[in-house]
Amino acid sequence: MPAVQETVDRVRRIDVDQYRYGFETLIESEKAPKGLSEDTVRFISAKKNEPEWMLQWRLEAYRRWLTMREPTWARVDYPKIDYQEIYYYAAPKPKKQVNSLDEIDPEILKTYEKLGIPLREVAMLEGIEPRVGETDPVKSKIAVDAVFDSVSVATTFKEELKKAGVIFMPISEAIREHPELVQKYLGSVVPTSDNFFATLNSAVFSDGSFVYVPPGVRCPMELSTYFRINERNTGQFERTLIIADKGSYVSYLEGCTAPQRDENQLHAAVVELVALDDAEIKYSTVQNWYPGNSEGLGGIYNFVTKRGDCRGRNSKISWTQVETGSAITWKYPSCILRGDNSRGEFYSIAISNGFQQVDSGTKMLHLGKNTSSRIISKGIAAGKSQNTYRGLVTAHRKATGARNFTACDSLLIGDKCGAHTVPYIEAKNSSATFEHEATTSKISEDVLFYCTQRGLSEEEAVGLVVNGFVKDVLQQLPMEFAVEAQKLISISLEGSVG
Amino acid sequence: MALLEVRDLHVRVEDREILHGLDLTVNAGEVHAIMGPNGSGKSTLSHVIAGKPGYEVTDGQILFKGEDLLAMEPDERAAKGVFLAFQYPVEIPGVATMNFLRTALNAQRKARGEDEYSTPDFLKKVREVAKSLNIPQDMLKRGVNVGFSGGEKKRNEVLQMALFEPSLCILDEMDSGLDIDALRIAADGVNALRSPDRAMVVITHYQRLLNYIVPDFVHVMSRGRVVKSGDKQLALELEASGYAQFEDAA
Repeated sequence: MPAVQETVDRVRRIDVDQYRYGFETLIESEKAPKGLSEDTVRFISAKKNEPEWMLQWRLEAYRRWLTMREPTWARVDYPKIDYQEIYYYAAPKPKKQVNSLDEIDPEILKTYEKLGIPLREVAMLEGIEPRVGETDPVKSKIAVDAVFDSVSVATTFKEELKKAGVIFMPISEAIREHPELVQKYLGSVVPTSDNFFATLNSAVFSDGSFVYVPPGVRCPMELSTYFRINERNTGQFERTLIIADKGSYVSYLEGCTAPQRDENQLHAAVVELVALDDAEIKYSTVQNWYPGNSEGLGGIYNFVTKRGDCRGRNSKISWTQVETGSAITWKYPSCILRGDNSRGEFYSIAISNGFQQVDSGTKMLHLGKNTSSRIISKGIAAGKSQNTYRGLVTAHRKATGARNFTACDSLLIGDKCGAHTVPYIEAKNSSATFEHEATTSKISEDVLFYCTQRGLSEEEAVGLVVNGFVKDVLQQLPMEFAVEAQKLISISLEGSVG
Repeated sequence: MALLEVRDLHVRVEDREILHGLDLTVNAGEVHAIMGPNGSGKSTLSHVIAGKPGYEVTDGQILFKGEDLLAMEPDERAAKGVFLAFQYPVEIPGVATMNFLRTALNAQRKARGEDEYSTPDFLKKVREVAKSLNIPQDMLKRGVNVGFSGGEKKRNEVLQMALFEPSLCILDEMDSGLDIDALRIAADGVNALRSPDRAMVVITHYQRLLNYIVPDFVHVMSRGRVVKSGDKQLALELEASGYAQFEDAA
């Protein structure tokens, strides 16, 4: 298996303090004044040339946020965040209108190169990256809406998507160009009053992606956004809204890395998905933000609200996530199964090493009739990390015939880490069928010895065993990400043996 | 030079000494059987030769092709040609057998400075070997030993032995959990691997296995030592008289 070998080689080359993506890009940026006030919200809204209704929406969220308290129920521990010490907006100073990749700050392009995202190349080659077993090049194109420090600076494949009628643009543009769609759907899945971090996001979000797939359209390419936090002390607040209209299909990929920091960085994104009748949305994430150094200092606080609404009959929303980074992860991609016969899926790999803390899981809320959901969660804890699965499955009184299957498996590496499973299950009608399976295991000495006796080093053996453990979930990822994810998994377990 | 030379080996597990000065010399081309009652230290010997953690060698040495085996990690020993067929092969869920075989074989080849096998060459080789051992292709697609019957697990061990072409094969209680047909298939596979450059150490309780894999030498172990050595006749005598006679000798 060359992929494993490659990762092992890579693991050997780096250590936690030499985080691979730990560099900063030297570009001028334009910041909002430090701290949060109505003025900050107005500043951001003005920067984005937003219409009045958007400003009012933000202000309402801000006023609501003032009355809310930070949640404390998650199994994570961090020093108190001073929300007045954070910059809420930073944008690369636009030198002129950007019409093509050539006009983008070369420093930014270089950053993407270091990240292994050859944007320039992608654009030149039209992004044709045939997937195994697929000959249709159109199907295998990946459109990249690159978010650089709060502002989208490059969008590719717009033309092709336009032909299909798919709208894929920065949400700041969508607010101006498609206000009717944004007004109809923004906040309809995650309301401005939803929770402390989502409400904060509603007040100050700077940018993110907007996708609308019209009725009956199968989006001709995988949509992909790369986020990157770059400005010191800048919280990043993306807002993503994806709407799949009746009978449509879209697959969206999100991947992120961040540079090394000593200060903690707050990240509070909101993702809303809406699937109408017979529509399907597949949302995949590979998250590799800076997890902090070997003493547990620094690292990203990842407090994210992701929720999908299966609003129509026979609709389907599938979340797949590979979470390897961040100092703290607080994230529960969820599905509201409102439409009859709708289906929600959650496939998760959460890896924690060093001093990382993960509290992640999902909510499957069965409201419609004959709705079904499936949860496959694989938690891997190494080092001194704590890894919690927290999940809620409910069936409403009227949700007859609701079905859920949940399997939560935890794997422990070493004896200083912890794995926890906290499932909440509520069935309010007698026809619901909920199944829950959970296992916790360790990589045994016997398995390691068997592998090393056959010629594998211990690190290779751990990589192999862990990749086998998460295989069910890896298979859910689009091919392009599966390979990358497999590498990430081994990298993030670096130093966990011996 | 002997292929394997075990000299005055003393081994402890935690506070208990299991092997008290064991000697064994194995030359290329020979098949040695090691017999003895439960707890006599047979499996400990096989584990120490292969490098399983948890054993402390307090005295003595093990030379393999003249090199100090005890100074090497288990994976280095494997690359040098030491193969242990496990009594209880472990299951590795989610890792396809084919993938495991290729990763392991290429790791060994890389460690020896040889070229890694290309996919077509590797597949060709595996199919050949699998066919000779009556292993269906379907089994190679399943997770390593996951859901395998006792016979399939042992055949998978023999398959790896054939694939890796080690110079020393240690078979730890290969007959345990096998019915007579499964035993015959596995033993045929082992016999096919007998060669002038390869030695085998067959560890077993029962003479039965030695009807199929006929040894050149038989050693009786008791209480952490080799107490008697002989040819295959010794195994038959043991079958008739039991191990009790050696308990005192130790």
